[in-house]
Amino acid sequence: MRLELMYESFFKIVEGIPLTLQVVSISTILGIFLAVAVALMRISGNRLMSLPAYYFVYLIRGTPLLLQLYFVYYGLSQFEAIRESILWPILKEPYWCGIITLTISTGAYSSEIIRGGILSVSKNYIEASGALGLSQIKTFLLITLPITVRQALPAYGNELILMVKASSLISIVTLMEITGIARTIISKTYAPVEIFLVAGSIYLVINFIIVMFVNLAERRLGIEKAT
Amino acid sequence: MISALSTVAFADGHWSTIKIGTEGAYEPWNFTDSDGNLVGAELDLARDLCARMNAECEFVQQDWDGIIPALVNGKYDVIMAGMSVTEERKKTISFSKAYMTEPARFFALNSSPLSTFSSAKNLNLDDDGDSTSGTISALNNAMKGMNVGVTVATIHEDFANKYLDSNLKVYPTQDEMNLDLAAGRIDAMLCDVGTAEAFMETAGGSDVVTFGPNVFGGLLGEGVGAGIRQGDADLKAMFDKAIADAAADGTISKISMQWFGKDLAP
Amino acid sequence: MFDVFALGPTGWGDEMLMGAVMTVLVSSSSLLLGITLGIVFAACKLSNFFILRAIAEVYTTIIRGIPELLVIYLLFFGGSSAVMYLAKIFGYMGYIELNAFTIGTIAVGAISGAYSTEVIRGAVNSVPKGQFEVGKTLGLSGYSLYGKIIFPQVARIALPGIGNVWQITLKDTALISVTGLVEIMRQSRIAAGSTHEPFIFYTAAIILYLLITRLSNIFFDSAEKKYSKGYVSKEAL
Repeated sequence: MRLELMYESFFKIVEGIPLTLQVVSISTILGIFLAVAVALMRISGNRLMSLPAYYFVYLIRGTPLLLQLYFVYYGLSQFEAIRESILWPILKEPYWCGIITLTISTGAYSSEIIRGGILSVSKNYIEASGALGLSQIKTFLLITLPITVRQALPAYGNELILMVKASSLISIVTLMEITGIARTIISKTYAPVEIFLVAGSIYLVINFIIVMFVNLAERRLGIEKAT
Repeated sequence: MISALSTVAFADGHWSTIKIGTEGAYEPWNFTDSDGNLVGAELDLARDLCARMNAECEFVQQDWDGIIPALVNGKYDVIMAGMSVTEERKKTISFSKAYMTEPARFFALNSSPLSTFSSAKNLNLDDDGDSTSGTISALNNAMKGMNVGVTVATIHEDFANKYLDSNLKVYPTQDEMNLDLAAGRIDAMLCDVGTAEAFMETAGGSDVVTFGPNVFGGLLGEGVGAGIRQGDADLKAMFDKAIADAAADGTISKISMQWFGKDLAP
Repeated sequence: MFDVFALGPTGWGDEMLMGAVMTVLVSSSSLLLGITLGIVFAACKLSNFFILRAIAEVYTTIIRGIPELLVIYLLFFGGSSAVMYLAKIFGYMGYIELNAFTIGTIAVGAISGAYSTEVIRGAVNSVPKGQFEVGKTLGLSGYSLYGKIIFPQVARIALPGIGNVWQITLKDTALISVTGLVEIMRQSRIAAGSTHEPFIFYTAAIILYLLITRLSNIFFDSAEKKYSKGYVSKEAL
């Protein structure tokens, strides 16, 4: 073990943390909107809505993220029609390709969590709310949504950790986040084990902090730990 | 578990089987054909060298970014993967004498303003005169702020880091950099001439043109050689001799003409 | 356009199919290793010994907290050295080679093991304590108790969870393409690079993964049915 090398590279690798966190948070926020839309489509009761949503989730959950990233980044850019479209300024950038891929992925996985949360809201509450004269939208915002959030939060915490881990793949499309910087250092020092140990520890700490925040949020929302 | 174990070297230093690590994504040096086989100039050369050394050759595919650590680790005994002999790499591994030499050059799309860039024909980094620094600064000015692609852990990445103020994009493989140059994600790429010419002959690379000088010398190294672990001096001696013989009897020139259409023999 | 998928030496069709076979092989052996590790570490987590519980906790926390890609790289570059170091302790001085398949299986198996541990632990916990007690009262022990009474129930409860772990394992094998093992992901990257047709090859890879997913879903569904004979499903209640 070259401890001095590990110490020196630590300070270089931490410079990748902002990009990792940025990509993860933007994708997570965009992903929530996508997830809610997909979840509502799936439980809509209208097959024209629920079937596409079902196949979307099946497609994303059934294929590796790495492949999805290659598809979005290299696969789409092969076509001149795409390179001349208004989408190109976005699809041209590895940064946005990374965010699009991660958003689609977390959107599909979280839609299942949210769907589970919505379905867990007892029909009695919704009927009671109707009896009290609340509109459908008010019922959703005041009754369904808060209960869903409480139900879905523990699973969603897991999803956040999966997102941080998944973001390491975007180094493959030239982005210099934690893993990208680690790979660059390895290409100069030829010490993969030492450098990846440093990078791995950084991910571990980030995920540990996320777990603490999720636990805090769960406690504030009065969710009992289901262990 | 037993089948995963194998002993490679005999105690007396005689190498009966030699494992050769290569990338398989660097046409025409070493690449994978549509039958899934590793082919290319270095594969042909390796087979010839092994015959000269009376050794059995076995090829192992390894991604470029891990190709030196995996040699040091013992996953194979020799690297033949278009790898230039450089002072920097010699700190970690040793090299046989060079078996081929090929300069580096810049490439862009023919629609790019860079395609009309004109300069001296050669840029020899060992020559530290005014013309060298003049050519470098002209190149640097032309590409300032542009996206320039190189592949990871190469002499080309070292060159770009040292001399260019461009926005560097570092790719895991040449193939993927080719795709991005064709798609217009990068404005220029720096790589060795042979591999870019192979790309330019395909449909995907038909819009690619070269610009700027032939770049060689200095941190670009002393030509392409076989990477060998520092402890294996006997193996290095065997390769040195076999390469010298193959150069002397014209085998290297023949293989080079076949794959590159020109003679890269040292 | 589909010439590129011709079988035989001119096209990539047979290579892509071989890649799919390799994906299934390495996923299956990883899952087997994963379940084995899962049983061992679930037993550790359920044991009365603090040390065993701590070891299992550290294992699952680390594997689940760092990116799969890094786990694979670490085992790929560190694995051989670690094995050789251990071998030296036992007096073996030669070089030990772990091929790409072995390394891939160990790496993905280790990841799969962390998820299996949680699934199996959950399943064991959900077998009512009374069953163990009744079994012991009846004088059963060892194989009769665990093999005939506890295991079938754990298997039934754990099966859907193992199905999920299989899905994770299958997808994680795409990452071992970095070790040189030619499975679907690596094969499609090679073909995409060589032909400059990334779209069609990545689409083909997506279809192959979905096919494997579909077939394995059918397998797990029928296994679930087989093991839940005599049980009323929750939805029916």
